[in-house]
Amino acid sequence: MENMNKKDYQKYAEKKIPKPTYLKNIILAFLVGGAICTVGQMVRAWLTKNGLDEKSVASGTAIIMVFIGSFLTGLGVYDKIGKVGGAGAAVPITGFANAIVSPAMEFKTEGLIFGVAAKLFTIAGPVLVYGVGSSIVVGILHLLFTRGR
Amino acid sequence: MAIKRIGSQTVKFQNPPSIISTYTIVGPKEGEGPLKDYFDMILEDDMWGQESFEKSEAKIQEEAIKAAISNGKLTNQDMDYLLAGDLLNQIVSSTYSARSLSIPYYGLFGACSTMTESLSLGAMLIDGGFADNLVCATSSHFSSAERQFRFPLEYGNQRKFSAQWTVTGSGATVLSANGNGPYITYATTGKIIDMGVKEADNMGAAMAPAAIDTLLTHFKDTGYSPKDYDLIVSGDLGKVGKAIVLELMKKEGYDLTDIYTDCGVEVFDIQQDTHAGGSGCGCAAVVLNGYIYKEMMKGKFSRVLVMATGALHSPTMNQQGESIPGIAHAITIDVNKD
Repeated sequence: MENMNKKDYQKYAEKKIPKPTYLKNIILAFLVGGAICTVGQMVRAWLTKNGLDEKSVASGTAIIMVFIGSFLTGLGVYDKIGKVGGAGAAVPITGFANAIVSPAMEFKTEGLIFGVAAKLFTIAGPVLVYGVGSSIVVGILHLLFTRGR
Repeated sequence: MAIKRIGSQTVKFQNPPSIISTYTIVGPKEGEGPLKDYFDMILEDDMWGQESFEKSEAKIQEEAIKAAISNGKLTNQDMDYLLAGDLLNQIVSSTYSARSLSIPYYGLFGACSTMTESLSLGAMLIDGGFADNLVCATSSHFSSAERQFRFPLEYGNQRKFSAQWTVTGSGATVLSANGNGPYITYATTGKIIDMGVKEADNMGAAMAPAAIDTLLTHFKDTGYSPKDYDLIVSGDLGKVGKAIVLELMKKEGYDLTDIYTDCGVEVFDIQQDTHAGGSGCGCAAVVLNGYIYKEMMKGKFSRVLVMATGALHSPTMNQQGESIPGIAHAITIDVNKD
């Protein structure tokens, strides 16, 4: 081992890792993500048909999709969807629900305060911080360049 | 004078301690694997009636220790020491398992290398005349390891192909100054080797250099060569680490192709979707105390080199940009005393 430096070893070890099946992953992400969004569209159409206005339809769809994501996480199904679908399951709002409900379930053994509540955002927290943070930056830019028009 | 010391990192036992009994308990997934017939107990439920994964792991370890002792027709009072370790913070599985056993206890942390770490130290305690009988044990649990090192179980992420699957299980070994073998004849203590691998989902590559270093040192110190062994087995390098060891050992002039394997590769089947194979303290523990010990008793192997490998990985240090230090401790198990 002495005649191999760290950089060479890392390069060598990198080559030993089986390559991810990119094409298969992309196709599955497309199908799973597409299926989730199709369900979302059906929910949307159903709410619209029942006479909700545009704003209520948007919130109603989000609420129902978050419920479905949480419910499937609770049943132990969503991790399997995520395993197959990858980003196709993580990006839609159902994936966000999964990212919050899964630590809540996992850490209930440490109690409602230091377990569930404290660990609730371990995965989704960074998404919220940088999502909300970047929306503030964009908002300020919008204000500066359009003077609020 | 350290008269039992040979070479730079090895001790040769003058009165080699004997393994007098073992016991293994594994989870349901391991119980469906290729080595299922060698395990003493297969759990149907990996919670085993406990409220948490950590409590379940502690119970698995405790029951494995108790059963190993009674397999050796001994009692807890006959045990001079308990040497145990696991992967969890503050090695809680071992502490809470030791709580009710009432045996003088040393807690060890060597990550997944702990099984041979405990056996090396145990053998030294006996050969040094400090103990007549003692018990060594380690455990790991897939779910307690996942929540400490990775993601919640129900989180829908994808694992890389180089990632390994933590074995749920525990193995315990009773060592004695009096016994008819197999004996622990040599112990080579590893140094920490860190080649700068940072990926926590590629532990095999992080540990392989330590395994190679310990193997080379062992051969140099003892004068043994691979052909003196019927089997050389590493702890949990998985498929990636095993391939690296085979290739780099060949470059060093040692062809291990026919006699070397890895517990992590053997413990799961390719159909079990564990990617690079098993890992965890329990991996080497159940394969050593199950498969290897039982096959030695049947006469299939007469001299085996067991080298549990540890990725001394800390999520905190990893997040601070540090790489993963590796370690490997080797012991020679021989049906003959010399």
